[in-house]
Amino acid sequence: MKVTLAIQRFNPETDSEPHVQNYQVEVEPTHRVLDALMDITQNQDGTLGYRRSCAHGVCGSDAMRINGREKLACKTLFKDLEIEEGGTLEIEPLRHLDVQKDLMVDQSTFFKKFRSVKPYFVPKAAEPEHGEFIQSPEERALFDEATKCINCAACYSACPVLDKNPNFVGPQAIVAAARFVNDSRDQGLEARLDALDQKDGVWPCESHFECTRVCPRDIKITKLINLTKRQIKKYRDARGEQTAEERAQ
Amino acid sequence: MIHEFDAVIVGAGGAGLYAALEASKTAKTAVVSKLYPQRSHTGAAQGGIGAALGNVEEDTPEWHAFDTVKGGDYLVDQNAAKILAEDAVRAVYDLENRGLPFSRLEDGKIAQRRFGGHTHHFGEGAVHRSCYAADRTGHMILQTLYQQCVKNDVQFFDEYQVVDLLLEGTTVKGIVTFELKTGELHIFKAKAVLFATGGFGRMFKITSNAHANTGDGPAILARAGIPLEDMEFFQFHPTGIRGMGILITEGVRGEGGILKNRDGERFMERYAPTLLDLAPRDMVSRAIMTEVGEGKGVRGDRKIDDYVWLDASHLGREVVEKKIPDIADFCRTYLGVDPAEEPMPVQPTAHYAMGGIPTDVDGRVDTGKQVYDGLYAAGEAACVSVHGANRLGTNSLVDLVVFGRRAGMHIAEYVKSASHGSVTEADADRARQRIDALRHRKGGRHVGPIMHRMQEVMMEKVGVYRTQEKMDQAVEEIRQLREDFKEVAVQDTGAGFNSEVLQIMELENLLDLSLITAASAANRTESRGAHAREDFPDRDDPNWLKHTMAGLDNDRVTIDFKPVDVSIWEPKPRKY
Ligand SMILES: Cc1cc2nc3c(=O)[nH]c(=O)nc-3n(C[C@H](O)[C@H](O)[C@H](O)COP(=O)(O)OP(=O)(O)OC[C@H]3O[C@@H](n4cnc5c(N)ncnc54)[C@H](O)[C@@H]3O)c2cc1C
Ligand code: SF4
Ligand code: FES
Repeated sequence: MKVTLAIQRFNPETDSEPHVQNYQVEVEPTHRVLDALMDITQNQDGTLGYRRSCAHGVCGSDAMRINGREKLACKTLFKDLEIEEGGTLEIEPLRHLDVQKDLMVDQSTFFKKFRSVKPYFVPKAAEPEHGEFIQSPEERALFDEATKCINCAACYSACPVLDKNPNFVGPQAIVAAARFVNDSRDQGLEARLDALDQKDGVWPCESHFECTRVCPRDIKITKLINLTKRQIKKYRDARGEQTAEERAQ
Repeated sequence: MIHEFDAVIVGAGGAGLYAALEASKTAKTAVVSKLYPQRSHTGAAQGGIGAALGNVEEDTPEWHAFDTVKGGDYLVDQNAAKILAEDAVRAVYDLENRGLPFSRLEDGKIAQRRFGGHTHHFGEGAVHRSCYAADRTGHMILQTLYQQCVKNDVQFFDEYQVVDLLLEGTTVKGIVTFELKTGELHIFKAKAVLFATGGFGRMFKITSNAHANTGDGPAILARAGIPLEDMEFFQFHPTGIRGMGILITEGVRGEGGILKNRDGERFMERYAPTLLDLAPRDMVSRAIMTEVGEGKGVRGDRKIDDYVWLDASHLGREVVEKKIPDIADFCRTYLGVDPAEEPMPVQPTAHYAMGGIPTDVDGRVDTGKQVYDGLYAAGEAACVSVHGANRLGTNSLVDLVVFGRRAGMHIAEYVKSASHGSVTEADADRARQRIDALRHRKGGRHVGPIMHRMQEVMMEKVGVYRTQEKMDQAVEEIRQLREDFKEVAVQDTGAGFNSEVLQIMELENLLDLSLITAASAANRTESRGAHAREDFPDRDDPNWLKHTMAGLDNDRVTIDFKPVDVSIWEPKPRKY
């Protein structure tokens, strides 16, 4: 079927404002939106900018807003978009990150926030002399969800809190921290408290659930954020201390 | 601009990151990658990493090494395979100790599953050797290694695409890169350069590989006069999602999944009575294509894009959701099929390059006749050779961490005594002229038609089953496409974020590697591992137990050979 992709374009080298450009493409219902974008750059207009690599939802390159919703272009099929012959699909870049060109956004702030939570293993015990740290399947299951993140930044774009507080560390960074906080082998919360328990850490989250709705890896992000809040509270209570949120009140 | 480092690692997949962790301990090291590291295709690996931990049942590195040699149809260098299997055990523990979240057994140890071609007692039966983290093992390896690089402050240059290699005679002095953000060329002056640029499955129409897997490293080296090893051996994985090529891990069969033809028959019983569905990949892919050719594919029209069923529905929902959750997700998303209820439609998909840049066991580029000082390769881009004519599942991830590490360690030592070559801005001229030429061609062609034709030619003529006639045609057609390519022009005249220029150069790399692959294949008049010829159906050890070394000389491919190390196990017929 023939459809129109209405793509928001912006090239800071030449444009002062973003504008929308329409492209006609021939697609099958089982085609990915990414297939259509690639058809445009390979056969119509090589100047259109976007990122992509794996084409099956595992590398996190091609998160964008499709009809106003954050999605991976490679994991979104036309048949799931309720679009008909002659219909139009709106495609825009992610929000909360500066546009570099067309659908490419500058991810450096996003990655800086990710790095701020010590997103790496800080072992609790000395390395075993031979073999693995022992961990039961139940302990392993506690942080499984958070290991699935592919750093696509869909959640970061969807988060309404970032509209008013651009300094909020954002949903992804908290997921990255939770990956280690709940790992029985890691020093956990204590090692990451500075980044999480501060005014722009976990506390600005207002549980809008937008991140959870858009996450292409089905991570229950909001639930993880709230769990982290409770863990911080418990940690502070046990020491007779106040959380950053309590101190601010 | 010229940057100066002791060592430059090109590529931030499993091989590059591991090498970087080692080299950066003592050497001033930069990692240069065209993708953000976490986007590398190592993240797509599903099934597991093989190591004889023996957590489920008795296992030994010796059996692992033997399986690797036999799986590779005896084209494997045997001492290298021994290093691979022995060091695999340390490597897996090392990854775990760095935080990698493997799935666990009840006793808290790393979980292991069966995988194709991995056996106990030299072929008696399938063994639990693949260490896994559900069906996202590669994602976990990539994440863990990247996290460790963050922890150790490794220096990254993200979205810098290498476009040229700088040699002084046979000694490396640096590389030339294109920075996506600005469109500027940056030279990296270095005493040692490691290429870990991954695979090049995008030369085929149906592939499990990422769009970024365009073989830039091997192509750049080939153009610099370095021959590539065993390029005719390209693995077709038997179970790709029909029409799309997205991989369905062999782990599905490791957990008990079964292949069936249109009659519901478990056809592998006829092809590999002992290992059945867990026979090595080349055999299973051929079995599928034979079924299809006999009209027993699901459609039954004998066309090469017909398909068969992979059935996991008898495993039950719990196993499916726990052990292969991502596969279930892919099937639901792309096929609308729930594997806990229905079989999955699958066809062979171009998956893995056994061949590549020739190296020794320390990652040094070594053609057998010439060692290139300071030049290294590791990972899928390299050919050690531990995979020979057919790689076993789970052995690539081992290859990355074992030989990535060894290369990193060798580099750290090497740069201590080596000195820098002389590098000036003029060294970027060759690359600049190429790019300027692309930008100034008028009325040009689009990349699309050339790319698609190349992928079709390679799929149809240098695919699972091959004949002289078809391969010769492929060589000619690819030559013609390389001519057509000279008329491709860049439409995007901007400087910053001009990904079009880069994609055109990637197509050029794929065309060069397609030519080398087709020519290497047309030259080998025997069947071995993944190279299966209808006109020469048997393995021919007296004449062909040797590695192909194929050089690129404009539009000619020159062929030479290198001996295979068969010092441990005598080559035998391969039965499973
Ligand atoms: C779907 C799938 C599943 C797999 N499952 C398994 C499995 O279960 N077990 C197993 O053992 N193997 C598996 N494999 C194989 C294995 O994953 C790959 O062979 C391996 O990950 C390749 O790693 P690498 O480090 O060599 O390259 P990649 O991970 O592909 O990394 C290449 C790097 O090079 C960079 N690069 C490329 N070109 C340039 C350039 N010109 N300039 C700068 N940088 C460049 C890229 O940015 C990237 O960082 C699987 C493969 C696929 C496709
Ligand atoms: S949490 Fe989900 S939406 Fe956010 S970056 Fe990770 S995968 Fe993307
Ligand atoms: S291209 Fe990798 S997630 Fe879409």
